[in-house]
Order: sequence, then structure tokens, then C-alpha cells
Amino acid sequence: MSTKSEALVLTAEEQAMLDGADGPAVAMCMRIIVGVARANGAEKLIEIESVHADGTLYHGEAGLDFTEKLVALGGKVKVKTTTNVGSLDLLHPNLVHGDEILMSHGRRLMDAHIALGCEPTWSCAPYQAGHRPEFGSHVAWAESNAIAFVNSVLGARSDRYGDFLDLSAAVTGRVPFGGLHHDEARKAVLVLDFSEIDSRFFSEDAAWAALGVLLGNRAGTRVAAMVGLPGDLADGGVTEDRLKGMGATSASAGGVGLFHVVGITPEAPTLEAIVAPNAEYLKMTAADVREARDTLSTTSSDKLDAVSLGTPHFSVDEFRALSEVIGDGPKFAEHIDFYISTSRDVMARSKELGYLDVFLNAGGRVVTDTCTYVTPVLNRNVRNVMTNSGKWAWYAPGNLGIDTVLGSLSECVASARAGKVIRDESLWA
Amino acid sequence: MGINMATVLSGKVSHPGIAEGEVLLLTEPVSFWGGVDHHGEIIDVHHAQHKAKMTNKILVMPSGRGSSSATAVLAELIRTGDGPLAIVMLQCDTILVIGALVSAEIYDISMPIVELDQEQYAQLSDGMQVKVDAISDHEIATITF
Repeated sequence: MSTKSEALVLTAEEQAMLDGADGPAVAMCMRIIVGVARANGAEKLIEIESVHADGTLYHGEAGLDFTEKLVALGGKVKVKTTTNVGSLDLLHPNLVHGDEILMSHGRRLMDAHIALGCEPTWSCAPYQAGHRPEFGSHVAWAESNAIAFVNSVLGARSDRYGDFLDLSAAVTGRVPFGGLHHDEARKAVLVLDFSEIDSRFFSEDAAWAALGVLLGNRAGTRVAAMVGLPGDLADGGVTEDRLKGMGATSASAGGVGLFHVVGITPEAPTLEAIVAPNAEYLKMTAADVREARDTLSTTSSDKLDAVSLGTPHFSVDEFRALSEVIGDGPKFAEHIDFYISTSRDVMARSKELGYLDVFLNAGGRVVTDTCTYVTPVLNRNVRNVMTNSGKWAWYAPGNLGIDTVLGSLSECVASARAGKVIRDESLWA
Repeated sequence: MGINMATVLSGKVSHPGIAEGEVLLLTEPVSFWGGVDHHGEIIDVHHAQHKAKMTNKILVMPSGRGSSSATAVLAELIRTGDGPLAIVMLQCDTILVIGALVSAEIYDISMPIVELDQEQYAQLSDGMQVKVDAISDHEIATITF
């Protein structure tokens, strides 16, 4: 018999699931969902439409034991479930040079997700690989950048989920009704005003990485509204990719699960529509953005060994922009390893459209199913790496023990050709 | 009340279990992901209790901190026996509750997590021996010393 807390009320169907009517895997996952609901004081569970599962990266035996136990108990996902990056590149198996445990356990973990009925997306940007929940729908997404994107850019509703709870939600189709599923929790309690900064400042992708640091530092886990930023989500992907990069960086530098950009993101046609009473208001300056940018470069040396783009995973639109920057110019310098991390879906579509070959012919390499900062891909001699990704620049020095230089897409290409860091400081004047 | 009567604090059961041991009091939260190594030692160099070991201790800290992958790190520490015997917090962290729930499911080890209010929490000090009793599935947990 399960004891029922006074606060949490389950439907008859949910109680039956908890009691084992749908088998032991559902019962186990229901115990986890109910345990979290009780700890948080949730009054009920809600049904969700989809899950993005983040337990695909190997962190140790517990994650593997949990996932394989679900498989052994006959578990199957109940809703559409995409998978985050794994520890291996299944399409390019020689790219990752991890130890034996990482390779074998990492593979078993990915296989167990497939056995549960997850889709083999292997991407931290499932929203650009065919998984785009509708505005207002309830979902259970894990992986910090994916959570920020699905909430902020698509206007679907996910609280900040992580390992174990994501699969438990997928197997039961339920989550505790709490956090960002609630209307009031989605209101901005902080307003960041950028309207006094020249909008020319925001024309380069690297500025949006800097904005991510600023947002993460100022907001922490609070919901913020940003005012005075240029953009349009119907502009063919430019704004979407900027918000992707900014959100990912903010979720790394802080714990941002939802942000609003007034006039751009779907819940914020106006500031009034989304601001909470008594919200804190901060006026931002160009100096604030420059200061944030500087935290993303750990060296001022112009020595360069590698370039890494695609954290979160590169989109088709980014491949198009990259192919235009590369054009029919010279190849990358011999000693520069130029990597792009992306999903297998985006890789296939970019190949069809001809963008991929422009990059490969210039001497670049594509990593799928995983990412260059979470698993050993880079050559061991690599010291200095350039990126346009704020998230990569945030984590790679700690994860990989290398130095980073943040630059725009065009600066990354120019640097890869020159074989040394080239940055145009006039952009930041 | 007699002079030798034990002090009993009561709080909320965030995860059930029973434990008895020495308090490791952290003056700030620690992130299990990146802040604690596989042997239960605090490796976050910015942390006030850097190098403290939580293995077999009653871990007392204000709240949780950091990445949602802390669930997996805590579950792994519980699996190997390098983790704390119980966690007591002012503000319960869902991420740590998930780690405890999963360990109970897959390893049959039930590590209690208890939430105390400020007044009760303030009575705990580093090094004291306490007994955590969070056996009931809901409502009241007690901490006795």
C-alpha cells in the first residue's frame, strides 16, 4: 500500500499506475515522480506531450543501472522522447578517443535509451532536428539549453528537469505540477534594459554569447525580460540561432530556464504582458556587455590550434551562413582542427543543400551524436581553441583544460585560415 | 523535561530513511556535479569547506546548488558508499531528492533527506552526533541529539 500525502492528489489512473497496474517499470517511475511531487509540495500531476531525455551522457554506473533496469522491467516511453547527446559519435566512431569503460558503458547507455523507445536524435538542439512542441503545451525537457529554448523561444512549458526524472516522465507521461508549468512562475521578476546600446553592437553572433553571460549572472535562476534587443523569429533562423546561443550560455553561467525578449519571444509581445509586479529593473550598458564577453576568453595569445562551433548543435541555417562566409576562399590552415558539432538530422539536410560540402572541402570535420566539450574528441596537443559559442567557452576550460577565445563566425573562419587568432575589435568599440 | 533529555528537532521528510552519525555542517551549498569527487570530498576550491569529506556524515547545508546532473553524482556516491548518510537542508533541493529516490529504487539504499525551518536548523552544529529518523513516508522527521 502506498501512503498518500495530504497535499498531493492523484487521479484513479495515476494511483493504479503507482500500484503496478501498468507493470513494474511504470510503477517505479511513478514512485519517483510522486516522491518529487511530495518533496516539492505539488498538489497534482499533469500530463505531458513530449520529453527530451538528457541521461544519455555517461556519468557513472548509477545512470546506466537505472536505464538498464527500466529496460529489464519492460519499460517503454509513453510520449515522444528525443535523446540528448551521448558520449560517442556513432556515425564517426573513430573521432572519440575515450577509455574502454567510457566507450562500452557509453554505448550501452545509448542502446538502453533506444530499447525504451526513445528516438535516436542524439542532439542538445532537438528543437532544430524535428522536435518543436507547440506554444503553451506541457513538456518535460532536460538539458539546460534545451529547457531554456523550449520555454523561451517556443513558449512550451517545461520545468528544469534532469537525469532520471526525464525518463520517469517519459515512461509515465506525467510530471509534478510545479515550477515553470505555472502561469505565475513564468512572469519576469527582473527587467534588463538594453535600449541605450547601439543595435549595431548586436549584429555579431559573439555579442549574443556575451548577452548570455550577462543574463545568467544577473538572473541566476530567476525569469528575466530583456528589452531593447533587435530581432525577429521569422527572419530565416538568424534570431532563433542567436537566442539559442544566448539561452545556452545563460543556463551555464546562471540557471536560466526561461527568459523573455520583449517584441521577439512569443510570450512577450509587450513588457506589460510578462512582467511581474515589483520586478527589479536594470539598465545595461555597452561596458556591461564587453565585460561579459571578456569572461569567455581565457587567453589573449594569438596562437591557435583548433576551432569548435556548434554548442548547442549547429543548425541548417548556421551551416548556410558558414558556407557563405567560406565561399570559394582558401582552405583552413594545415595545423588547425576545425570541428562542428551537430545532429545527424541537420548534417543530412545540410549535405542535401550543399552547405556541408563547402565546409568539408575547406578542411573541416563534423562531429555528430555528441559534442566536443563533453567527450574526448580534440587532439591531446590542442591548447588554444576559438569558438563563437558562449556555452562551449564557459565549460571547455574546466572540462578539457584548454584556453578559449570567443569570436564571431567570420572571425573563426578568418582565424582558421590564417592559423592564428584574428579578431576585429572595432566591432566592440 | 529532565536535564538529560535529548533535544528533538522536527522537520519535513523530503526522502525517507534512518541514519545516525556526525554532522558535517556546510556554511554554503555545494554542487555535487563538479564540486564533490567520487570519494565524497569537496573539491570546489571556492567552497568554504574545501577538502571536507562527507562520507558517512550527516550532511547539513542550506540548500543545493548547480547542475541537474547532480542527481547522477549523488546516486553514484550512495551506490559506492562514499556518500553522506543523510542530508539536512533549510531549503530542499529537488535534484538531490531525485538522486535519493533513484538509489532507493535501484540499490535499495534509502538515504534520508530532511528539511528544517531556520530556528530548528540553527541548533545543529558541526561535529555533533545526531540520529535522523525520517521513516514515515510523509510529514514529520525527527533529528535527535
